[in-house]
Amino acid sequence: MDQSTSTKRTPLYQWHLAHGGRIIEFGGWELPVQYEAGIVAEHLQVRQKAGLFDVSHMGKVMVRGAGAADLVQWLITNDLTRYGPGQALYSPMCWPSGGVVDDLLVYPLGPEQYLLVVNAANTDKDMKWITEQAARFGSVAVDNITGTYAQAALQGPRAASVLQRLTGFPLQQLDSYEFTDGVKVAGIDCLVSRTGYTGEDGFEIYLPAAEGERLWDALMAAAEPGELLPCGLGARDTLRFEARMPLYGQELDDDTTPLEAGLGRFVRLDKAAFSGREALLAEKEGGLRKKLAGFRMVDRGIARHGYRVFHDGQPVGVVTSGSFAPSVGENLGLAYLPPALTELGTTLYVEVRGKLLAAEVVRTPFYRPAPRG
Amino acid sequence: MIPDDLRYSREHEWARVEGNRVTVGITDFAQHELGDVVFVELPDPGDEVKAGESMATVESVKSVSDVFAPVSGKVVAVNDVLVNEPEKVNDAPYTDGWMVVIEMSNPRELDDLLDAEGYRHLVEAGGH
Repeated sequence: MDQSTSTKRTPLYQWHLAHGGRIIEFGGWELPVQYEAGIVAEHLQVRQKAGLFDVSHMGKVMVRGAGAADLVQWLITNDLTRYGPGQALYSPMCWPSGGVVDDLLVYPLGPEQYLLVVNAANTDKDMKWITEQAARFGSVAVDNITGTYAQAALQGPRAASVLQRLTGFPLQQLDSYEFTDGVKVAGIDCLVSRTGYTGEDGFEIYLPAAEGERLWDALMAAAEPGELLPCGLGARDTLRFEARMPLYGQELDDDTTPLEAGLGRFVRLDKAAFSGREALLAEKEGGLRKKLAGFRMVDRGIARHGYRVFHDGQPVGVVTSGSFAPSVGENLGLAYLPPALTELGTTLYVEVRGKLLAAEVVRTPFYRPAPRG
Repeated sequence: MIPDDLRYSREHEWARVEGNRVTVGITDFAQHELGDVVFVELPDPGDEVKAGESMATVESVKSVSDVFAPVSGKVVAVNDVLVNEPEKVNDAPYTDGWMVVIEMSNPRELDDLLDAEGYRHLVEAGGH
């Protein structure tokens, strides 16, 4: 590997190789896109039982000090004061223009300590932005602690059952988006949060990097035969896509606002001040320029990222994400369109390798799991 | 797996020769590289195809791949089963996963294809 494009490896790299992981480069990291089971089988495993993902590449930024809460409130569109102790929150983080810097999870670890978990590919960009903004808030330290932790995502209807076998902490106490720190899992000190990127019940587990293999082995051993499969980036993408969860670089970028992306419920315009507030207020009042809509292919074909979308013979948008959806059994997609064209049932045409294929606007999320009993 | 009774292209198609007709699909190596096949687009019976040119597409979750005609001729049959069961390309690449039958216009083109031994060398050298 030459110096100019050196890629990083998570603490689980050898584990992936030993378990048949097919490694690709993603956002500067070497990670498995799949294991031998394959993307479709791994996807279905998560919807039906449980899957285990290595998400150690996610950027982890610790914000500490007397100015920490004020800095975080300035950075995010969501509002910390609406969440109680032990509650993590999801939020976009915007430029003054209202465009999205990144989307992230915030874990309030204490009144002066916040862990921000950001997209791997944006870690450097986010650190630069957060550090610049920190200058306005007096006593606050911003540290990139990505490499210190391994991070597992254990997802699916059996995730809680599998995890419970390795910890004395009663997991039924954690509702969706709640977390608890300092929990022993397989004897390892972990932060466990009931969060995920699949649309299923599940947990994200943060642990010291050196203990990564130990946790992975413990989880696989705790599962019954066939109950838990390691899963790669391919299934991670098809799962989040079916659940209509945005992917930065596709549904979100510097020139797209969270309102356009359908993330309005995470944008608290009633919060006094945050980066991008004025621009978003103006957009809300003036009307969105574009809106994210879901569609299904009517003609035979798969719509993919970057394919153009036509209406009445005119190009009106671009596919942000598109794929065969294993749990729905159809070819689906997401695209930004003029708001008038996002009504359910609207006929569109997707340009697939030079041919215009018919599609129609449908409701999202494309897939909803049955309510947890 | 590389059946001895087939011919192979450098682009990982296999060809079963029966008289003047050739049945074509993609090899086990190719389907393994692709991952789960979720969509197959085949030519129509009657279409003319040229050796070395794309005649079909195979799509996995993550990628789109061309299937090249190993010989020139006319398409006389296509495997419609793959429309609803594209996974047959993964599960049975040399049998149920067959794609196209070509009536050859120039059987001499068969000489340009590899035999099983030659294909084996190609795959062992990394497949390219």
